[in-house]
Amino acid sequence: MAVDKDTVARIAKLARIRIPEEQQEALTGELTEILNWVEQLSELDTEGVEPMTSVVAMTLPQRQDVVTDGDCADKVLKNAPEGAHGFFAVPKVVE
Amino acid sequence: MTIIEGKTGPWEMVIGLEVHAQVIANSKLFSGAATAFGAEPNSQVSLVDAAMPGMLPVINEMAVEQAIKTGLGLNAKINLFSEFERKNYFYADLPQGYQISQFLHPIVGEGTIILDLEDGKTREVGIERLHLEQDAGKSLHDQHPTMSYIDLNRSGVTLMEIVSKPDMRSAEEAGAYLRKLRSILRYLGTCDGNMDEGSMRADVNLSMRRPGDPLGTRTETKNVNSIRFVQQSIELEARRQVAILEEGGTIDQETRLFDASKGTSRSMRSKEEAHDYRYFPDPDLLPLNVDADWVESLKKDLPELPDAKKQRFMDEFGLPVYDAGVLVADQETAAFYETIAKGRDPKLAANWVIGEYFGALNRTSGANLTNAPVDATKLGGLIDLIADGTISGRTAKEVFEAMWDSGKDAGAIVEEKGLKQISDTGALEGVIDQLITDNPGQVEQYQGGNVKLIGWFVGQVMKATQGKANPGMVNQLLKKKLD
Repeated sequence: MAVDKDTVARIAKLARIRIPEEQQEALTGELTEILNWVEQLSELDTEGVEPMTSVVAMTLPQRQDVVTDGDCADKVLKNAPEGAHGFFAVPKVVE
Repeated sequence: MTIIEGKTGPWEMVIGLEVHAQVIANSKLFSGAATAFGAEPNSQVSLVDAAMPGMLPVINEMAVEQAIKTGLGLNAKINLFSEFERKNYFYADLPQGYQISQFLHPIVGEGTIILDLEDGKTREVGIERLHLEQDAGKSLHDQHPTMSYIDLNRSGVTLMEIVSKPDMRSAEEAGAYLRKLRSILRYLGTCDGNMDEGSMRADVNLSMRRPGDPLGTRTETKNVNSIRFVQQSIELEARRQVAILEEGGTIDQETRLFDASKGTSRSMRSKEEAHDYRYFPDPDLLPLNVDADWVESLKKDLPELPDAKKQRFMDEFGLPVYDAGVLVADQETAAFYETIAKGRDPKLAANWVIGEYFGALNRTSGANLTNAPVDATKLGGLIDLIADGTISGRTAKEVFEAMWDSGKDAGAIVEEKGLKQISDTGALEGVIDQLITDNPGQVEQYQGGNVKLIGWFVGQVMKATQGKANPGMVNQLLKKKLD
């Protein structure tokens, strides 16, 4: 599978990573190589094998429905570049 | 089915609804922070909900239980194996940069819901799936000229996304679907169904086609927050699509936003690129395995749901389908009615609850079944007085008004106002004899064949007794004396 320059630009945009034009060409090669490497896995015959979703032999632990957390707005907002009246304040986003 | 007659022929609408229902639980889906509505901003946020590095999600068993109960209430398949995936997109109210949701393996599969339509008919609509996911935070755009304010209290609250099959064909059916779904959720106690507080929100998928044709291209109108607006947005979108199609144009598959205040909608182009959500299994969460015994025990404890209750009201009380449907729409009303119907004429009870009682509730702002001045015992007492002939049905309405205003018992009001019906034959005969003596002209006309005059005689007796005469007896006695 080969990745072209448009795909690199699109993936970068979806991930909100700015990749200058001149670096995109090099990345097409690198990403293509990674994908080809992973693609070797498809040489294995997995017919009739259930996909493995976890490597640990346990099920999802569940917790009781009890309020044990929160009430720490100061901690939550501590690293916010900007806050006001207990809210995060961000550049206006209006649809 | 509603057919829209266009300039070039008939069009049929095809509607599917995605409903986001906030689950009733004390704490969030993956954190122990509280979920109550209306708290101080960011006061119900754990570091998990704020997506601080290194925080790990742990699932709330109540969220799973509520999803299973809802699935059972929708006659749906419960998937004992399900998985959580990350749905990736960036938005200011989504600190993780992804929403934990279910994609390939939802907890609930296909089911059905039965719509009660206005003409008393029913129609079955398929449920495609129900899955669990996190809600996002809330943005306030009108507090500052250049900034948006973000409150993460809602971030991480459990949502059930309930997806219907594209089985609806009119705005009326979409409304009936939402009402019925809300009713089932409330009966189950899994979602409060309050659309005005945002705990139930609908996305509308709509496409148009020539009757009998395959499906056309659909649009999705996002986050419509009342049943009326859902219906308005459907009418609007159907007309918009027909206009485009009849001009020979094509429909863009897109997300649209409905503006209820203007009655218009517009494309949300910014959403289009973000539609590539790159789902993958969340590595922080193991697959969810549900025990079949647990599902069975939840099934056993389900309350009687609206459809079963409606059928029972029809069978047990002999109510017409419309009355039964109205009474079971919510659980409290149904229980209120049953209290009154017990040991009384069930049809008379239904007429009073649906007619006078609902009327009074609607007229009185802020009144509901729990705080209304007339409770089930008092309304039952009034109906007893009608049944034993103490008051006429007409007088009962007057008594009811007085009960509503004063909160007193029916008996006390009848006593106080001297409204007791005169059913004493002797007393009524006296009035009637006097009437006959005083009005020989009318008696002659009546006996000469103008039988309609009987109404005038009844009226005169009522007038003479201030409306307290038992109308059945008056009729009987008049006929005996005049015929």
